[in-house]
Amino acid sequence: MVLGRTADGLFWMFRYLERSENTARLVGAGLRIALTRSQSGAEEWSSIISTAGATDAFLARHPGYEFDAVVDFMLRDRSNPSSVMSLVEAARNNARSVRTALTSEVWEATNETWMLLRSALKAPVQHHSLPEVLSLIRKQSAYVRGALHGTMLRNEMFNFARLGTFLERADNTARILDVKYYVLLPSVVHVGAPIDNVQWETILRSVSAEHSYDWLNEGDPNPAGIARFLLLDGRMPRSMAFCCGQILENLRYLESGQPDPAPSLSLAQELTDSLRNRNVNDVLDEGLHDFIQEIISKIGKLGGQIETDFRFHT
Amino acid sequence: MDKEDIPFDEMFLAGGGIRTPYSEYHQWLEDQHARRLQQKSSEADALFRSVGVTFNVYGNKDADERLIPFDIVPRIISAAEWSKLTRGIEQRIRAINSFLHDIYHRQEIIRAGTLPANLVTGNSAFLPQMIGVTPPGNVYTHIVGTDIIRTGESEFLVLEDNARTPSGVSYMLQNRETMLQMFPDLFSAVNVRPVSDYPRHLRRCLSDCPPAQCQGRPVIGVLTPGIHNSAYFEHAFLADQMGAELLEGQDLRVADGRIAMRTIRGYVPVDVLYRRVDDDFLDPLNFRPDSLLGVAGILDVYRAGGVTLVNAPGTGIADDKAIYSYIPDIIRFYTGEAPLLGNVPTWRCSEPDHLAYALDNLPELVVKEIHGSGGYGMLVGPAASKRELADFRQLLSSRPENYIAQPTMCLSTVPIFARSGLAPRHVDLRPFVLVSPNRIHISPGGLTRVALKEGSLVVNSSQGGGTKDTWVLED
Repeated sequence: MVLGRTADGLFWMFRYLERSENTARLVGAGLRIALTRSQSGAEEWSSIISTAGATDAFLARHPGYEFDAVVDFMLRDRSNPSSVMSLVEAARNNARSVRTALTSEVWEATNETWMLLRSALKAPVQHHSLPEVLSLIRKQSAYVRGALHGTMLRNEMFNFARLGTFLERADNTARILDVKYYVLLPSVVHVGAPIDNVQWETILRSVSAEHSYDWLNEGDPNPAGIARFLLLDGRMPRSMAFCCGQILENLRYLESGQPDPAPSLSLAQELTDSLRNRNVNDVLDEGLHDFIQEIISKIGKLGGQIETDFRFHT
Repeated sequence: MDKEDIPFDEMFLAGGGIRTPYSEYHQWLEDQHARRLQQKSSEADALFRSVGVTFNVYGNKDADERLIPFDIVPRIISAAEWSKLTRGIEQRIRAINSFLHDIYHRQEIIRAGTLPANLVTGNSAFLPQMIGVTPPGNVYTHIVGTDIIRTGESEFLVLEDNARTPSGVSYMLQNRETMLQMFPDLFSAVNVRPVSDYPRHLRRCLSDCPPAQCQGRPVIGVLTPGIHNSAYFEHAFLADQMGAELLEGQDLRVADGRIAMRTIRGYVPVDVLYRRVDDDFLDPLNFRPDSLLGVAGILDVYRAGGVTLVNAPGTGIADDKAIYSYIPDIIRFYTGEAPLLGNVPTWRCSEPDHLAYALDNLPELVVKEIHGSGGYGMLVGPAASKRELADFRQLLSSRPENYIAQPTMCLSTVPIFARSGLAPRHVDLRPFVLVSPNRIHISPGGLTRVALKEGSLVVNSSQGGGTKDTWVLED
């Protein structure tokens, strides 16, 4: 028997962990730009803060998008609920409160992650150690996920953990595209112009897909190809199509054998259908921005419906 | 305790020899390198941290989670000592359960003049709501952690009865687990009785007393105040080990005369609640209205046989420090036997001549609040400053009924592994008892608390005490 509070705790624990990993990726992509093309640094940092939905909070605390300020805000600042440290701490608190739903491996991996990051992020991160810290965040996230896969029963608890992961990841990929959609619009394409290549590369890097894209597309980045890859390619584990497919599958497990299927199941079905058999050129013709906005709103609605259907709160 | 008193050491005889229960261990110890032991000692800390065996200290925001220091030298009890102890504890707990039944029914013990009525009726731990209520299986204290101190080769005394919600059993289990991981060879050298089946016994103990309205196999839950409670780790640990639900007040409500938990598919009745929430906070409708930790109406459901609460509400009346001084009389009254385990002599400050004695001898006494626990609000006379003594003198005079006084007992010592090698430190012992309608189970072991400061007699973890693995040897 899964308590509503347990489902809530697991779902958000894995949302927080996924978000912390994505934050590390975003900062990593920004770092790359800052190192190689200093003139576009501030713009890049501002879009990272905007992707995290933290523009107002950031500007309330910092006068401008300085490298150190952004890194500190995104990794260490406890007043920022989306900083890696806030997220990892929130994930660990959830893990404590649903301790009985986790195997000791998953709990210990989460607890160790919190201990390691607390120590790694105790003082402001120096430039030279930033890559190491970002890599630690990603590795620890993989460690928790590995413990989950290797030791948890494939029951409802597992489904809620996975729902949290994929809902968050879908939301995150959508936000990256939402902030950067204009670089993928056909009207601003100047083939071979270096600035566009950098922007495209950053998008791919923020989802750790620069190599897989090249591998699948023989090293020929173009806006339509990137949009297709991140929206519609079911092989890409951070694409909208992949994440929505996983959400649907986990909801199906939860709902199998239930007399009345939950409304969240049909929302997930609808979302998945809207990404299946779509041609990327049609999407671009109809308007990439509107398309992404609609997906973000559907993901938000789906999250809320899951919380209602499975009695997270009442 | 006089300054020239030499404490009884459980490992070393006064002449330098080794006491028999420790002989095999000591042999093993002699073969170990101090360096290796030092290393193991820090490994143990890391192990506890990663498992998350921590406790929260109230009123200490920064050190939100702390480790209780663990000492790698075990405390060892022989089979004969243990059997003596367990017989005494069983007798005591049977008497306490008879007492609780009596006090909430006919109150024969008061009618007989053995116990003054005002100790019961004027006591905040006495719950009028429990009058006339007989709990399922007639068990009041399913789970007890009796605090025992030792003062000599054959002197064991009960210090406290802890009949409400004793904690610490997770340390008994985790300490053993840690020792097994660190020193597996030790356990083939010494024949130690296992304690790891405690969660199974606990589950059975809880299942043994289903409420009248239970249908089929009882659904069991552990009710915790939540992750900020000092013993949260233990609540989660026990629920996990038993395969029971770990519940908070917000998960529960009254539905169709039962206590029901909110699951992802709707509300499902819970039969037995091992509640780690104090009486006061259990039910905002019946007790403290501002409590967010309990369930509104749970006491009414309990009285109607819709749920079993473990321990029963109102058991605090039996481990009250004023009642404590009457336990030997209570044992005689209900069992007709002489107590097998003694009490620490106790002066009830509510009685004028006792108060006078306490005030006259304050520097030699330990003074405790009647309802205090955890080493808070207590005075250890010989260790107290002039100012603390003066403060307590004032407290005693203004609210004498709130205090008891006891002689400062010279607790036995067991060596700890200190930087400089073995060093004696004072210890106490909390064995864990499970009461079912037809049997009493006492885990062969318990929690040994140890004062880490040289000469200190305060072993409470909230006051800087540590713990040791506790071994009961096979016969």
